[in-house]
Amino acid sequence: MSTQAISSEAAATANPASFVSSRRWLLWSGIAALCAWVLVPIYLVALGAFGGRQGVYIWPKTGLPTGISLEPFILFLQTEGVVRSFLNSLGAAGITVALSILLGAPAGYALARYNFPGKDSYRLLVLLTRAFPLAILALPLTVSFIRLGLYDTIVGVGLIHTVLALPFAALVTQGIFLGVPKELEEAAWVFGCTRIQAFFKVVAPLALPGIVATAVFAFVISWNEVFAASVLTVRNRTLTAYLLTVLSESPMHYRFAGGLMLILPSVVFIFAVRRYLFAIWGISSK
Amino acid sequence: MTQNRPWIPYLLILPSVVFLGLLFIVPLVQTIWLAVSDDGAPSPANMQRMVTDINFMQSVRNTFLLTIVVVPVQIAIALAMGTMVAKIGRGRETILWIWTIPLGISDLAAGLVWLSILQNTGYFNSLLFSLGVISRQASWLSYQTPVALFIAIAVAEIWRGTAIVMVIIVAGLNQVPKEFKEAAEIFGAGPWTRFWKITLPLIRPALQSALILRTVLAFEVFAVVYALGGRNFPVLVGEAYNWQNQNQNYSVAAAYAVLIMVISLAATLVYLKAFKVDPERLP
Repeated sequence: MSTQAISSEAAATANPASFVSSRRWLLWSGIAALCAWVLVPIYLVALGAFGGRQGVYIWPKTGLPTGISLEPFILFLQTEGVVRSFLNSLGAAGITVALSILLGAPAGYALARYNFPGKDSYRLLVLLTRAFPLAILALPLTVSFIRLGLYDTIVGVGLIHTVLALPFAALVTQGIFLGVPKELEEAAWVFGCTRIQAFFKVVAPLALPGIVATAVFAFVISWNEVFAASVLTVRNRTLTAYLLTVLSESPMHYRFAGGLMLILPSVVFIFAVRRYLFAIWGISSK
Repeated sequence: MTQNRPWIPYLLILPSVVFLGLLFIVPLVQTIWLAVSDDGAPSPANMQRMVTDINFMQSVRNTFLLTIVVVPVQIAIALAMGTMVAKIGRGRETILWIWTIPLGISDLAAGLVWLSILQNTGYFNSLLFSLGVISRQASWLSYQTPVALFIAIAVAEIWRGTAIVMVIIVAGLNQVPKEFKEAAEIFGAGPWTRFWKITLPLIRPALQSALILRTVLAFEVFAVVYALGGRNFPVLVGEAYNWQNQNQNYSVAAAYAVLIMVISLAATLVYLKAFKVDPERLP
């Protein structure tokens, strides 16, 4: 037994309660500090969003919710272009979700269930997308999109956001389908299901929660993307692109309101599917 | 399974291959061609124009400095988070959820969040004022305070980007068999020895993918900088954006894009070589 173990044992016998509790205390204060590190800034930007013009100039600030109301946020929502860009963001994210699942899930299923020549090349293609700053691809695409009539459209933004989300969807759904036992599918065939029936009756219901979580993550990827959306749109801006272009002209409290409006939907969405996300990422089981 | 229909998997991956071919490979080649050509002929003109631009050296330096500062701090915080959650039972899910909140927050929103704290009449100045450190509002985000602006951007990036590293590292830690640690404990290894000799080597694949992902993302830093410092702090992607949108010069913008890609690929290769992980284990 090492000296350290002996000494800690000695400490434990001398004063067991305080030794254990001080370590617990240290652990929990570390956890609390990191939670505060995440949460407090969001709380403060919310104060800024609901504080309005006066709120910005209060000096010194206390961090208490004084003088806040919904009115400044509603005024922000009524600013020209905000609601429209919000809807554009939803539209682009909707296209991204639909395309990345429709194209990515079959690929994930193929990777999980089949061995075929070219599988490794395909995996390499998907992994390669990770090493590139994909949003940059919007630059040459502007030229092609202008030619195709996709420039300054939500479909165009949705397409480029799908490039970001699709590799992720393929890799994650591969993991999800690997998690559905092959034996269940084979049992279904034995009982007379065709391959396609077996997929929809047995595999799909089991994979569904994971696929929903993947969809939510694809939504968040699109919702948060700034660069490609700003480069590819002029009038039909997404919320991020809109905020970026009006940033330097808008008053502080509008910027905070914009920040809060960007944060809320994706945080709520991730919260709704956190269980499944944790399961996909492999961080839930202990 | 049924090998009598070998075309099935190809049918399943075909749509995504076509899609990625059209919207990933083609624009990739186009960007490279745009950057290295002038009027349809190969030419270094755009590269030269980029390199001689007044903001070029600064943007390269700023981007690298940010990456060098931000990525290690994020790995360290994520490792701390990972070891902490491993020690708790109840409440684990809630704490993990709180720590993953920044995953849903865009870099633009993160910049705006920290703007509310660091602007002149913001909470940071208020705190310093009430502590008596400063007597009047200090300005942290102007071009006259480049160091403070750098720190502000780094803090916002760390705040936003640590969550994804945490997810990857916690997943890696979960795969470390408990028996290894228990064995080491029996042989008298202290917590530090256990961490350096057992945990770290075993989570190498996770560390590698976290490093690759975060480094590539750090080279893409843009909106957080724009929200906090406007154009006071040039970075590579910001320059690409300005050349495209303000100057309407797609070729120089493409030159910046190619530079960012080359740096990202180089960093990825360095990590792949340095860690030598079996590629099958890459997530």
